[in-house]
Amino acid sequence: MTEQRTEAEDATAVAPADAGTLREWLGQMLIIRRFESESVRLSYANKIPGGIHSSEGQEAVAVGSIRALGAADVVAGTHRSHHHALAKGMPPRTVMAELYGKATGCTGGRGGSMHLVDLSRNFLGSNGIVGAGLGVAMGTALAMKLQQRPAVAVGYVGDGGANTGRTWEFINLAALWKLPFIAICENNLYAVETHISRSLAGDSIAGRAAGFGLPAVAVDGQDIVAVHAAASAARDRALNGEGPTFIEARTYRYEGHNVGDVQNYRDASEVASWRQTHDPIQALRQRLAERGDLDEAGYAALRQQADETVADAIDFAERSPWPDTGTVQRAWPAAEPAGASR
Amino acid sequence: MSPLSYSQAYRAGLAEEMEANPGIFVMGTDIFLRGGHFAQLLGLGERFGADRIRDVPISEAAMVAAGVGAAIQGMRPVVDLNFQEFAYGAMDELCNQAAKIHYMFDIPVPLVIRATNGIAYGGAQHNTAMESWFAEMPGLYVAVPATPADAKGLIKTALHLDDPVLFLMHKALTGARGETGGPDVRVPFGRASVVRPGDQVTLIGYGVTVRTCTEAAGQLAGDGISAEVIDLRTLYPLDVETVTDSLRKTGRAVMVDESAGYGGVSAEIAAALQEAAFDYLDAPILRVHAPHSPVPQSPPLLQAYLPDHGAVEQAVRTQLARP
Repeated sequence: MTEQRTEAEDATAVAPADAGTLREWLGQMLIIRRFESESVRLSYANKIPGGIHSSEGQEAVAVGSIRALGAADVVAGTHRSHHHALAKGMPPRTVMAELYGKATGCTGGRGGSMHLVDLSRNFLGSNGIVGAGLGVAMGTALAMKLQQRPAVAVGYVGDGGANTGRTWEFINLAALWKLPFIAICENNLYAVETHISRSLAGDSIAGRAAGFGLPAVAVDGQDIVAVHAAASAARDRALNGEGPTFIEARTYRYEGHNVGDVQNYRDASEVASWRQTHDPIQALRQRLAERGDLDEAGYAALRQQADETVADAIDFAERSPWPDTGTVQRAWPAAEPAGASR
Repeated sequence: MSPLSYSQAYRAGLAEEMEANPGIFVMGTDIFLRGGHFAQLLGLGERFGADRIRDVPISEAAMVAAGVGAAIQGMRPVVDLNFQEFAYGAMDELCNQAAKIHYMFDIPVPLVIRATNGIAYGGAQHNTAMESWFAEMPGLYVAVPATPADAKGLIKTALHLDDPVLFLMHKALTGARGETGGPDVRVPFGRASVVRPGDQVTLIGYGVTVRTCTEAAGQLAGDGISAEVIDLRTLYPLDVETVTDSLRKTGRAVMVDESAGYGGVSAEIAAALQEAAFDYLDAPILRVHAPHSPVPQSPPLLQAYLPDHGAVEQAVRTQLARP
């Protein structure tokens, strides 16, 4: 099967960040990798109800783009958003507890994997509906513009979402109104099991976006430095009042669409090839090693730290109580709304 | 105060709240110059400027999504869909995003979606009794004003709530005139109004069917039959208490709506009434509604389609004829 992966085409090449920063990015990607592999295992073990969508393989897109943001910048994700949530700073403990459905999860068990949220860190949620999170981010960007807040909103969408009509309604409106908005399309080649060659008319998703009159760049989503550079440029542009940017990050998911996905739509050799030759973690590790900024022991220490962080999150989720069933109706419109006194 | 039309009253209530709260802004098609398709925003463009009376391309998903995102960031957007049926293009944003975010994420979503609803000329695709769909969606409020006073008072309340409101104004009432309340009068949600007292039968309507009920009550009074008429005013929250109190007095209830019957607001009220006051019933609760069919356009067909006061009177006589 032909891979559509290309090198960064339009992203501005910038000098890689300092070694300490890059090591932090690597450590964050390792936490996400471990978190996801453990989440898949725990789903099969019936610890996590309802399954999850693993982001293994796509770590550089989330970490590279979110490390380009400030704390006041807002991020809204997709159904596959554990990597966004963790990169935005959500504690692995509250995310894992939410996957378990425990009271200590980020929504107390009302949301689950596809409805993660952390307002204190401006993570405005993963979203169960393809393309919908992009709209929430676009509306957030409208508020930022109206409120004259020096911040940007980032919405993620996949290659599947690039074929929903609403995605382009959102992009059009953001471009029309010059909103401080960054749309990041994680093109992992498969919408559930449909390869992009069977779903996309036209040359590319970025090419489609360019028709809306905003900068649309395609970057190698497995190269965290390239993703970071593209997101940084987009953020600068948005903060300067120049409007939104569309970034297509070409990436790959190692696991199936969801836990239990029977992957008869792609060869195991294709997955193995990406893991072996285009892995974002190994690419950054190699970059650091070549510069003499990371030795074997240093990498092993980062891995161990990631494993321990995730083990602690699992332990926390295991020990946490179930939600009080009396909270089942919390925070929905009451029959006696405010302002309705007789 | 001179009487205002239904559209003018809505506009007056919105404008008062916009003066008081700079976070309120309106998004919709053809609103800045034209003032919307029902003149509901006429003149507000000039008064509040293009940022706050904000024209949007025909992108219903995008305008509702923009409203959801802006609402959770502390603004108070009003999305004006013009026709209720235009919500089809934004159903996920309305029912799957706006309605659920407060519950899931514990973030207020102070978003008003205004649309003109009701059955009138225009054919099947501009005329659908969708209001019960929204009313049964946990997370949404639904307001259905029947008078200028309620159009004004209910929109003022809607703009103080923390959850999405579907604000549905009936086509056939656009030009209806009446007195309205002052700047401080907010009509509460979840409080039906008794618009005509009576003691032999309770007629329940909302929007234009309040008028149908009132006409029927007038005719029945000529025959010495005393009918009480109740206007629900909001479909969620639904004021079951006022309706039940009336039924305890009259022993009979007839619900009137323009839906195709199945699963409509009237079905919900019938269920609630028999749960709350079964022992007070002197006759089966009856529903008067449209046939199970899309809406026709030709005048005689539309007339045959819509429930009229004659059908309501007949339902009441059927109840009273029981031994």
